[in-house]
Amino acid sequence: MSNIPAELKYTKEHEWVKIEGGIAIVGITDHAQAELGDIVFVEMPAVGASLSQHGDFGVVESVKTVSSLYSPLSGAVSAVNEALNSASELVNKDPYGAGWIIKIQGFDAQELNALLSAEQYKKEIGE
Amino acid sequence: MEKLIFEYSRKGRKAHTLPVAPPVKFGLPARKSLCLPEVSEIDVARHYTGLSRQNYGIDSGFYPLGSCTMKYNPKINEQIAALADFTGAHPAENPRALLKILYDTERMLCQIFGYARFTLQPAAGAHGEFTGLLLIRAYHLDRGGVKRLKILVPDAAHGTNPASCALAGFQSVTIKSLSGGGVDLEDLKQHLDDNVAGLMLTNPNTLGLFEKNILEIAELVHQAGGLLYYDGANANATMGIARPADMGFDVCHLNLHKTFSAPHGGGGPGSGPVGVVEKLAPYLPRPVIDRRDDKYFLNDNLPKSIGKVHSFYGNVGVILKAYAYLKIQGSSGLKRASELAVLNANYIKARLQDAYDFPYPQVCQHEFVISAKNFKKQHGVTALDIAKRLMDYGYHPPTVYFPLIVSECLMIEPTETESKESLDAFCEALLKIAEEIKTAPELVKSAPHNAIVGRPDEVKAVKEPDLNYFQTG
Repeated sequence: MSNIPAELKYTKEHEWVKIEGGIAIVGITDHAQAELGDIVFVEMPAVGASLSQHGDFGVVESVKTVSSLYSPLSGAVSAVNEALNSASELVNKDPYGAGWIIKIQGFDAQELNALLSAEQYKKEIGE
Repeated sequence: MEKLIFEYSRKGRKAHTLPVAPPVKFGLPARKSLCLPEVSEIDVARHYTGLSRQNYGIDSGFYPLGSCTMKYNPKINEQIAALADFTGAHPAENPRALLKILYDTERMLCQIFGYARFTLQPAAGAHGEFTGLLLIRAYHLDRGGVKRLKILVPDAAHGTNPASCALAGFQSVTIKSLSGGGVDLEDLKQHLDDNVAGLMLTNPNTLGLFEKNILEIAELVHQAGGLLYYDGANANATMGIARPADMGFDVCHLNLHKTFSAPHGGGGPGSGPVGVVEKLAPYLPRPVIDRRDDKYFLNDNLPKSIGKVHSFYGNVGVILKAYAYLKIQGSSGLKRASELAVLNANYIKARLQDAYDFPYPQVCQHEFVISAKNFKKQHGVTALDIAKRLMDYGYHPPTVYFPLIVSECLMIEPTETESKESLDAFCEALLKIAEEIKTAPELVKSAPHNAIVGRPDEVKAVKEPDLNYFQTG
């Protein structure tokens, strides 16, 4: 059973989003990191890049596979997790904490309604 | 592990003694030592014989690497390609026999796949994709379609497809697959607009399934003004049975080193000819080989050409092997090869039916996928573990974790050159592994037990590869 924090929102493509004082923090779920295996590289967008909801914003590469990252919200990238450039394993070790990937500002809170709750995501991955 | 040849080096040791040359002064700075290994002839012989014994190739055993078509490479092909008439031919002399063979190879490929022309220049599949995409770009630009920068690629596609799009300056857009396999037509329709340059498709697709809606897909893409690109990686299922041009594909690449039995693995060289329908022929890489009466010549007079994509006319040695194969097989032989490739895949699939999970249970083409998802859930054994355990049974593992849309995927392609006995032996090994997963999962999880190399640290290999050996002393 993977860790699915109740307070977060999720996408079908296994990203999570946390709202913290007008900023949305985005990463991939514990389930996703377990399925991918050891992550060796995370390609992140430039700060300032504009994102659309469900549009891809980067790539995560593991020893098994390469997957696109999809944005849970539209908005502008306000920060990327520079630490991942030298320590991509943070996504495996702490997917909801130090392994966050990007931060988004200027999003439309209405779009949160289109995302999955922890309960719905749990069902989605068959747990 | 066998040591590097440099580690055998001892100062002053030689295989041959060359006559002492008088020192010559060229007025250039003193040359640095080349740092070549200093070894005796027996060191060299033992080192490379040792390496060859650790190697695993199609000549050592069954090699069911999905989507790679590891068929046997007849030795006669090698002999023909090694003839001095070919190896000694200088491109600048326009060797008549060689040009005729290249011309004939093109004509044969045109006949089998339905195209007006082929260029034999591209050096491999991905190079073919890149060339084909440049042709699509040139075609649109010629018609004022500067905005057409979007290439649609299904999520089941080979990883090279989106990569080639990026390299050719296109933006690749992923199209979803249906749960039963095949392109989701509704998703396709949503992405069709006047920015679409084309669609790249493999047929049969990477699940080993024939894309039954291909005519409808082609019509939709063509109506939107786009072109269709055929990724010929899986052409081994279709020779003499169905032609991509008849399915509506405007451009196609083939892998002579897969489908036409030139050796591959270990990085090449390969050959990835690109075929086009008439309307794209003016953009082909120059030169093309043309014929006037009985004379064959390299025609450089192609004002709309995208330019050269390889020196001379491609990897000619590989093309010669494919030519020999084509001539020996003939059209009936090629058709039979495809039929047997499909039969062999379905035979293995049928024998494994009760022991493994098949996410796409229907009859397959030349390859199929297994999902180890339930083994992982119930016994903690993954697709990677099964692949590693197969090495203990003496087999090259199949492709794993591809296509991406199948979880814990094993992708198996037996090809037509295996006998029933070798297919049976492989099935027995996989059936035994399925038993082991239930009775002794640890044995599978810790495999391989008999291989020269166990489980390399893949993360370290990717992040901190040690690619250089510096000779000291």
